[in-house]
Amino acid sequence: MSLLEIRDATLKFGGLTAVNALSMSVEEGQVFALVGPNGAGKSTAFNLISRFYTPYSGSITFDGHDLLRLAPHQVPGLGIARTFQNIELFHQATVLQNLLVGRHRHRRTGMIENILFTPRVRDEERAHREAVEEVIDFLDLQPYRDQRIAGLPYGVRKVVELGRALASKPRLLLLDEPASGLSVEETQNMRWWIDDIRRQMGITVLMVEHDMGLVAKVCDRVLALDGGKKIAEGTPAEVQSHPEVIAAYLGTGAISKTADAKGARK
Amino acid sequence: MRFHFKTSYDTDIDLFPDWWKRGLYLALLALAVGLPWLLDDFFLGEATNVLIWAVAGLGLMLLTGQTGQVSLGHSAFMALGCYACVLLMDAGLPFVLAFLLAGVITGVVGAIIAVPALRLHGVYLAIATLALAILADDIIVLLAPWTGGVNGMYAPPVTILGLEINRWANPAAWYWMALAVVVLVTAAYRNILRSPLGRSFAAVRDSEISAQAMGVDVARTKTIAFGLSCAFTGLGGALMGLFAEVFNNETFNFLIAIQLVMMIVVGGLGFIHGAFLGAVVVAFLPQLLSIITSSIGGGIAIPGLEAAVFGGILILFILFEPMGLYGRWLKVRTWLELFPFARKDMFRRQKSYLKTERLR
Repeated sequence: MSLLEIRDATLKFGGLTAVNALSMSVEEGQVFALVGPNGAGKSTAFNLISRFYTPYSGSITFDGHDLLRLAPHQVPGLGIARTFQNIELFHQATVLQNLLVGRHRHRRTGMIENILFTPRVRDEERAHREAVEEVIDFLDLQPYRDQRIAGLPYGVRKVVELGRALASKPRLLLLDEPASGLSVEETQNMRWWIDDIRRQMGITVLMVEHDMGLVAKVCDRVLALDGGKKIAEGTPAEVQSHPEVIAAYLGTGAISKTADAKGARK
Repeated sequence: MRFHFKTSYDTDIDLFPDWWKRGLYLALLALAVGLPWLLDDFFLGEATNVLIWAVAGLGLMLLTGQTGQVSLGHSAFMALGCYACVLLMDAGLPFVLAFLLAGVITGVVGAIIAVPALRLHGVYLAIATLALAILADDIIVLLAPWTGGVNGMYAPPVTILGLEINRWANPAAWYWMALAVVVLVTAAYRNILRSPLGRSFAAVRDSEISAQAMGVDVARTKTIAFGLSCAFTGLGGALMGLFAEVFNNETFNFLIAIQLVMMIVVGGLGFIHGAFLGAVVVAFLPQLLSIITSSIGGGIAIPGLEAAVFGGILILFILFEPMGLYGRWLKVRTWLELFPFARKDMFRRQKSYLKTERLR
């Protein structure tokens, strides 16, 4: 059985159908990409999985659990972590504190214990810190550990957000445009990290990404959306050459032109 | 500038990062404990007043500074704490128990009120809590058989382990009692900040949406924050009522809540030090004003002067120093530590990047 399974999910905002009868399944260990032009419903699909939106119809299951029965804050408890398209970090807190919030789902102490700061809380804090330090080592965030987010450059924030998601030790990682706004080198780093996240940590990755170069390098499987509908699914190469995908990105005029050009070459 | 050489994660978990800081705060505590030998009874009373305001201010700071929720109604919880404490004492409970129970009761009531109130955001929450403050006044009058209504109540004598603590007979004992409460509340506050609970508060303050995505139950976290905040403020209110010895529905009117807000903004939102600096301002400003008016105007009382000056100070701080007195001190300290390398724009607020569209 696949790790994440979406069946016929439909979501409407008033008259606009943002996601239309979307079905997809992500297998354990895959790196899966959602692509499509702006407004295709990729981020909306993410928000459905995070339970920020409830689908109009259809089902979403994760490892056999019905996600639609859960509130948004319960989703990470199953092992789903995510990042946001426009970085959503805790601005007034340090990098370390941000990453520690990622450990929230692993906390075992209650309010009273926290207020008294019992030895159990201290033990737990040490364990959280160790887990977070692993992430800091992995993403080379050491120089920024005690800096506040508000003063950090965009590229670093992007990495911190990835780190915060990793700190929760998820089984499924949702990355919403991990490479948007990053320089060439930063995108290159992101590529190695995504590879390592899958290979070393064994985390399944589902991402939305516009950078087809990155998608082609790291993804096993790609699903193209347009107008909320699935238009193609397959390996990166298959999807990239799919006529409907080209039509969605470049318009139908372009497709006839490319067809003409191909015909002319023959 | 000092550099921390950390050899263990405990350095970051401990209350103080090094022995220098620990020594500094121990010295401050020693000074606070020794204050009765340094001040006369009048100023000792004023110092006690500062401590009481600080307790109430720490309560609101936890809610506004740490969790990012506004409340213009914390005077209601001061009143609740005060009346609960005195009624329990009248019922025969020993003071220490009544005092602690008053905090618990205020916290629980606050948490219950928070459940509907915290569905509101920003200015709507401010208005709802303001309504609460005004309502509290009426409720006290309506419950006159228990609260004494407009006629007010007299605080029973406070005794701890057989020792009577009277602000006129032994002001030093009263001061030390307030100091003990302040130290305990501050310790609890610090513990909250360094534990997962405090981080979830900060998460809710900075981004509710990603707090949820990290597994923080936003509604629950806000409710806990509101409850704890009310509990602290209730303790402050109980101290204030006992210190005043006589109190009625007017003692905790909504202007007190506004003063609390002013206190934490002027002191510095989100800093424990801010609550204390704000308490000093709130407690000493009326005295300062009366000294100034008596020396200039020859003792003519100007109606509304105090409120106007409070309001003016609040506006000036929001405009020119949103980080409050403690924020200003941080800037000065950084400038001194880095001299001559401090840059003017080190604290300039960075333009924040586009936020994710709010989902509600």
